[in-house]
Amino acid sequence: MAKLHWEDFTIGDVAVYGPRLVTREEIVAFAAEFDPQPAHLDEAAAAATLHGGLAGSGWHSCALMMRMMADGFLLNSTSMGAPGVEEVRWLVPLRPGTQVRLRTTVLETRSSKSRPEMGLTRIRYDLIDETDTVITTLTSTMMLGRRDPEGRS
Amino acid sequence: MIFFEDIVVGDSTIVGRHTFTAENIKSFASRYDPQLFHLDESAAEASHFGALCASGWQTAIVSMRFVVEHRRGLAELMRGRGERVAQAGPALDMRDLKWLRPVYVGDTIEYRIEVADARASDSHPGFGLMTTRTTGTNQKGEPVISFLTTALVERRGGRR
Repeated sequence: MAKLHWEDFTIGDVAVYGPRLVTREEIVAFAAEFDPQPAHLDEAAAAATLHGGLAGSGWHSCALMMRMMADGFLLNSTSMGAPGVEEVRWLVPLRPGTQVRLRTTVLETRSSKSRPEMGLTRIRYDLIDETDTVITTLTSTMMLGRRDPEGRS
Repeated sequence: MIFFEDIVVGDSTIVGRHTFTAENIKSFASRYDPQLFHLDESAAEASHFGALCASGWQTAIVSMRFVVEHRRGLAELMRGRGERVAQAGPALDMRDLKWLRPVYVGDTIEYRIEVADARASDSHPGFGLMTTRTTGTNQKGEPVISFLTTALVERRGGRR
């Protein structure tokens, strides 16, 4: 399959990747390694928190979104990375047993004056559950290589 | 966690240091960010990074354990004084994450958290909103990462 270039992303494009089952074991293992708070580790302790029961770390959502993005299209693209992340909002808890999918929406594309070999693509990534409820939403701009760099004859 | 009323905007603390190794870079990348420049030395050398480097997400995420341990230390001090410990609620958002420089094998990143803002919460009575800026700095004193997170913190006497 031909690699995706900057030109292949159009404003309004929507794609959905996955599903991926998030198990209790994965939630607890991620939390034990990176975010050992009771709400992510233990049902009884989690019930007493504002999470209202065992829930995945917000960072776990981000890591899952990164992996689904990589498998979904990034590894087959001319991506040159991202300078950062504009915003992440953790809207509802990530519960064990959820089949998550990643929905991408292209918000904006623009060329780069200083670097004609690449373009910028701003994308919203929604981690959604079986009923399309958004668990976590993330907005970020990616640098992608161009098929036809501007100014090249 | 300390109570919302005791939070002082501008307070800052170094919460920990993490040394990135080829092993922990590849371990994270193979699970969550399998781009070749995070997984394979020779592919990384041929990439624009020039050498194996950590996933930007790993650089962000490894700060969390230090924050949790820092809060746990504060809670133990408070319990030791016979005080009640405030509940830290879930984080609501993260903004303005910047990956400023690559993190390479052997780099040690020092993480600092600073209270950037504290304000009332309309949606969660009994809690306030605390915005924290996390910054990571390498052993040469160069910033490598910066981001803001906002989380709920219990108000004194706010919860019935």
